[in-house]
Amino acid sequence: MAYSDKVIDHYENPRNVGSLPKDDANVGTGLVGAPECGDVMKLQVKINPETGVIDDAKFKTFGCGSAIASSSLATEWLKGKTVDQALAIKNTDIVNELALPPVKIHCSVLAEDAIKAAIADYQKKREDGKAVVLADAHAQPTA
Amino acid sequence: MKLPIYMDYHATTPVDPRVLEAMLPYFTEHFGNAASRNHSFGWAAEEAVEVARKQVADLLGANPKEVIFTSGATESNNLAIKGAAEMYREKGNHIITCVIEHKAVIDTCKKLEKLGARVTYLPVQKDGRISLDELRAAITDKTILISIMTANNEIGVLQPVAEIGAIAKEKGILFHTDAVQAAGKVPFDVNQVKADLVSISAHKMYGPKGVGALFVRRRNPRVLLAEQISGGGHERGMRSGTLNVPGIVGLGKAAAICQVEMAAETARLRALRDRLNTQFHKNLDEIYVNGSMEHRLPHSLNISFAYVEGESLLMGINDVAVSSGSACTSASLEPSYVLKALGAGDDLAHSSIRFGLGRWTTEEEVDYVVEKLTNVVRRLREMSPLYEMVKEGVDLSKMQWVAH
Repeated sequence: MAYSDKVIDHYENPRNVGSLPKDDANVGTGLVGAPECGDVMKLQVKINPETGVIDDAKFKTFGCGSAIASSSLATEWLKGKTVDQALAIKNTDIVNELALPPVKIHCSVLAEDAIKAAIADYQKKREDGKAVVLADAHAQPTA
Repeated sequence: MKLPIYMDYHATTPVDPRVLEAMLPYFTEHFGNAASRNHSFGWAAEEAVEVARKQVADLLGANPKEVIFTSGATESNNLAIKGAAEMYREKGNHIITCVIEHKAVIDTCKKLEKLGARVTYLPVQKDGRISLDELRAAITDKTILISIMTANNEIGVLQPVAEIGAIAKEKGILFHTDAVQAAGKVPFDVNQVKADLVSISAHKMYGPKGVGALFVRRRNPRVLLAEQISGGGHERGMRSGTLNVPGIVGLGKAAAICQVEMAAETARLRALRDRLNTQFHKNLDEIYVNGSMEHRLPHSLNISFAYVEGESLLMGINDVAVSSGSACTSASLEPSYVLKALGAGDDLAHSSIRFGLGRWTTEEEVDYVVEKLTNVVRRLREMSPLYEMVKEGVDLSKMQWVAH
């Protein structure tokens, strides 16, 4: 199969590979896909709670070159975006940018799912955090 | 060392220059039709075909009269199975085969099922071999044919064909084996295996593409097949069509070379294959050989590099030609049915690479492939969420995955 130059570039020089501390209140983690399907993406965003802007994004992906490229591109796009802008990213944007062939569209869908899952995780943490703060205002975080 | 490196000898092999040299005169100088009985052009062609028939027969321990030339192993498998099912339909309609057979066998059996045959697809054990007890249990009084391959094309595992042949003989059932991957590579004798029908192909043993043969036993028992291609009645009426004389000459020469050089070639390739395997195990953790190491073709290795997906591995070694059982490398987006049948889990099928060594593989190439692939596996594991989770102590099998 012939890959586009952009897919090859992301595969050879993936942007933002790595992990953010998943227990950090400002970090949202999305883990989508399944090993038996041949692709799993972990995508993380670190969001500034004051501004709602994504300060940092990291990924790790088990999957084909197109899956790696889709998640690498997603992290590149996410940085500097607000949560709402991030949620507006569509898989078709990824397909167009990377010139993915029809059999690889599911890779872009997975990347979109990963973005949504990471942000949902961040938002859930915020909700849970508020609830904890209200329920037990005197609780001291353990260092 | 020349790049790219070819390490996919199960898929096909280059034509040996000695084979090509033998073939060339039969395109131009001796172009006759082997069926032309009344002039020297025909005689020359016929004589060359008969030499090749003997060469193929010698490789298999058969009588030349038992060799039927075909267009390749797919046709041989079709002719053997469909031809026997049709010829012996009065006797029974049950066929036994196995889930890891080549599609040329499985899909032929599926076609016969549509036409009313009953087919048992035996499972394989973890090591890729069928269970002889399960084979015995599957036999009924309607069983007319057992078709089990000698060596598998994806994992290189050798089936216990001699034992299968003995069981078939004892029960009076025909035994067909697709010996495409094994013929010319490991000793194979139709009488020792008690095979009645054997498929082989030239291009897997350094001969040309588009030519193969089917061994059809003539004595004890005399096996008859219903023709599947009708016409001039060539090849004892079992396979009509003007003989592909240059191709057949090439198949014969390829068989003769394999027979002479098999012992030395096997020893050399086994050492190189073992070097490949040992070095991978030295360099990397969590890698698994698919299928039995003991019952395996000497030039064959299939490894799953856990937590790394096969297509992304291939992308990182684009100057090495190997193949993967990953779904992403297949048109169907399904991982290899052979690896799935071993029961190791689909994730390991996605992570598998098949290495096929051959006549021109060198130690230098083996070392290059090991180094290159080791680096790519390490790099991809650095970006694999699965590898990270395992290193953190997460049990992946207990995770709730969102399948898509």
